[in-house]
Amino acid sequence: MSESSGSALQPGRPSRQPAVHPENLSLDSSCFSSPPVNFLQELPSYRSIARRRTTVHSRDKQSGTLLKPTDSYSSQLEDRIAENLSSHSLRNYALNISEKRRLRDIQETQMKYLSEWDQWKRYSSKSWKRFLEKAREMTTHLELWREDIRSIEGKFGTGIQSYFSFLRFLVLLNLVIFLIIFMLVLLPVLLTKYKITNSSFVLIPFKDMDKQCTVYPVSSSGLIYFYSYIIDLLSGTGFLEETSLFYGHYTIDEVKFQNFTYDLPLAYLLSTIASLALSLLWIVKRSVEGFKINLIRSEEHFQSYCNKIFAGWDFCITNRSMADLKHSSLRYELRADLEEERMRQKIAERTSEETIRIYSLRLFLNCIVLAVLGACFYAIYVATVFSQEHMKKEIDKMVFGENLFILYLPSIVITLANFITPMIFAKIIRYEDYSPGFEIRLTILRCVFMRLATICVLVFTLGSKITSCDDDTCDLCGYNQKLYPCWETQVGQEMYKLMIFDFIIILAVTLFVDFPRKLLVTYCSSCKLIQCWGQQEFAIPDNVLGIVYGQTICWIGAFFSPLLPAIATLKFIIIFYVKEWSLLYTRRPSPRPFRASNSNFFFLLVLLIGLCLAIIPLTISISRIPSSKACGPFTNFNTTWEVIPKTVSTFPSSLQSFIHGVTSEAFAVPFFMIICLIMFYFIALAGAHKRVVIQLREQLSLVRKHSSRGSWLGTFTQDTARKVLFSWEGVKLLQPSLTTTSPKLCLEAQPRPASLIH
Amino acid sequence: GQQANSLHTRAAGSVSGLHIFHKEGDHEDLAPQLVPLDYTTCPDVKVPYELIGSMPELKDNPFRQRIAQVFSEDGDGHMTLDNFLDMFSVMSEMAPRDLKAYYAFKIYDFNNDDYICAWDLEQTVTKLTRGELSAEEVSLVCEKVLDEADGDHDGRLSLEDFQNMILRAPDFLSTFHIRI
Repeated sequence: MSESSGSALQPGRPSRQPAVHPENLSLDSSCFSSPPVNFLQELPSYRSIARRRTTVHSRDKQSGTLLKPTDSYSSQLEDRIAENLSSHSLRNYALNISEKRRLRDIQETQMKYLSEWDQWKRYSSKSWKRFLEKAREMTTHLELWREDIRSIEGKFGTGIQSYFSFLRFLVLLNLVIFLIIFMLVLLPVLLTKYKITNSSFVLIPFKDMDKQCTVYPVSSSGLIYFYSYIIDLLSGTGFLEETSLFYGHYTIDEVKFQNFTYDLPLAYLLSTIASLALSLLWIVKRSVEGFKINLIRSEEHFQSYCNKIFAGWDFCITNRSMADLKHSSLRYELRADLEEERMRQKIAERTSEETIRIYSLRLFLNCIVLAVLGACFYAIYVATVFSQEHMKKEIDKMVFGENLFILYLPSIVITLANFITPMIFAKIIRYEDYSPGFEIRLTILRCVFMRLATICVLVFTLGSKITSCDDDTCDLCGYNQKLYPCWETQVGQEMYKLMIFDFIIILAVTLFVDFPRKLLVTYCSSCKLIQCWGQQEFAIPDNVLGIVYGQTICWIGAFFSPLLPAIATLKFIIIFYVKEWSLLYTRRPSPRPFRASNSNFFFLLVLLIGLCLAIIPLTISISRIPSSKACGPFTNFNTTWEVIPKTVSTFPSSLQSFIHGVTSEAFAVPFFMIICLIMFYFIALAGAHKRVVIQLREQLSLVRKHSSRGSWLGTFTQDTARKVLFSWEGVKLLQPSLTTTSPKLCLEAQPRPASLIH
Repeated sequence: GQQANSLHTRAAGSVSGLHIFHKEGDHEDLAPQLVPLDYTTCPDVKVPYELIGSMPELKDNPFRQRIAQVFSEDGDGHMTLDNFLDMFSVMSEMAPRDLKAYYAFKIYDFNNDDYICAWDLEQTVTKLTRGELSAEEVSLVCEKVLDEADGDHDGRLSLEDFQNMILRAPDFLSTFHIRI
């Protein structure tokens, strides 16, 4: 391959027809979507530059005008690059390798003429870039499960891959939350307990409190049946109740180290607040990227066809069956889009009678949906109340299975409800006559609400049971201390049970439903019924709701059971492998694709809803319900939240008054108003930008209309060209938006007004 | 598979600065009898299209013929090492969007007239759906695409139209890449 190959230079050649738009490159932005005005090539300056070129290329054949970056495009480009000695990477330009090599050689020879300082600058910037790239490459190797997720992406597409990336994100999130809790709460306790450091626990007895509140009956240890250990393991009672798994274990007011005392109640509360804040920030950061893409998509909804045709085929596919699947999914999508178009026309042609009929039908069906939801919530309420009442009775008198059934009754009811209601919703929505895309979104929204609201109902039922008493016994301690001497531990136990049950169900469904189904389909190919049932597809929304449900439980439960995030981490790790295994061996990919570009945003949005729903019961229990006096770090406070005001009162008075000022209404109300004003400003700004974009787009099509009719040269005289060139400063200000929408106005990076005016 | 994100090309004989995006080993594996092991003298070897088209990365791609034609020297699908490297460089993960858009435009321009006209679009749609859409559906889809992307209303997509459209296609970067 000769070193001198490159673009053929033909200075005498007249400017090309509009058929070729050689691209001009504005070098300070890496977009080259702006072809120069054709008449500029006629100008003598261009010709003299062309004549000045030293290397002459020989190119035997030229096939196609745009197949090679020939002639004016690459020669102009090479001029710019060579003359500017730009430090921009040569990689980003659309030249082939031989031309890039040539340019690099030119650059290197020209470097000799620079001063020492410039040479060193260039060298150091290049090596810095190389170092950054290497570092980036190294960090990608550290990613967890990189190879697994890549292979899943290759075989099943980007939709399913985004589910597994989401799962990996949750594993990391839970791990970090557990680390926070470990550092703040577990570490001092463990250090003291195992005598690693010379520290001790301090218990401060509360002065004026009824002794009755501090009574905490220990479970009877006598002759225990063997299976009660299993029950304890599965429900968190018995021997597990006093371990560090639950809140009740941390009945410590302070940990006294050699040099300082460690305030454990404050650390406990702060660990919860910190983990929730961290989750919020991390989710918002991750979803900002998806939100930006979503905003573009929602604005350009009409570009769905172009997206499918030009960005629809996944070039990573290396598998015959995957390719078949992609073909059929593209076909399905195009047909669905055409169907939606037909639907839209149908809706536009609806008469008013039909509209009234449809809307009244929708209202009726929404009432049915609400009724179904209400029925499920009531069932969960009843199940929780029943389970709580019967748990207090003599457990060892009951049979093993019955015992477990009662303990797990709320979880069972929730799971059944979550299994039945999507089917009901799917049936109902068919009568509501929406467009297919909206149908899917509404069904998913309803299922999300159902899943997450069930947990809230459970927690509120528990809350109401804890704070309600038959007679006035609640006034003694503020909560029902007869049934719930240590109510935080009980709530923690409920969350623990939910988590374990969820985990068992996922494993059981995979092992006992997926695999037999796959075996039946593979080996019973004669049976028509089974073939009709067919192999399962990986339903992404259902699986995502499942893990968001698990994560919401973890968030609520982290306060009442500090080790719960660690259990959640292990659970998600095992679920990752189980799901991956199930996917590879029992599922066939769905022909109905789930677009990756908005699915990341959808997952994070659902997770955010889960987080908001988890914060509500936590805030109520921390600030409203009195903390239990028989166990836990908050025995000396009325409510859990009280530890913060007490800590603040130990600060120096100036800091105290500052904090009081910041949290008072006199500060909060103006602050809120300012935030509203700022938000209003940004909304107005976004609206203004949108209008500018629309105007520029119209301008663009107007300009193109002129040019396609050939009157461009006529209307744009040299005078105007001069004016435009000399108002370069003004154009530069608009350049960021103009570069992409108004190519004719984006001129060369180095205007040479003198030479262009003759 | 393997993925090395920088290549110091042996063919140039020098190991400085010019980063290309991927690994060159594949070229040898394709046709060991054709490709000599020593490139320092830069021999002019061309791998025929049949071999390129049967590469695992390309064999299921409906546009493999166009890809080979676009990146080959003479537009006939037979590629030299440099063409091969170019192809994987553009199709790699790290190539910028505009570079990919430029080459994507060339790939979808079946008749090489520097415009994606309605006939080009029909070819593209037919290849994408393997001819399983009816003619009426295909022409409806092409009409829709031209409605959406044709900025200057001349019934065909120029390079700027295409690039503007790609700017608003969020999936383009993730789908228009080949992993080796």
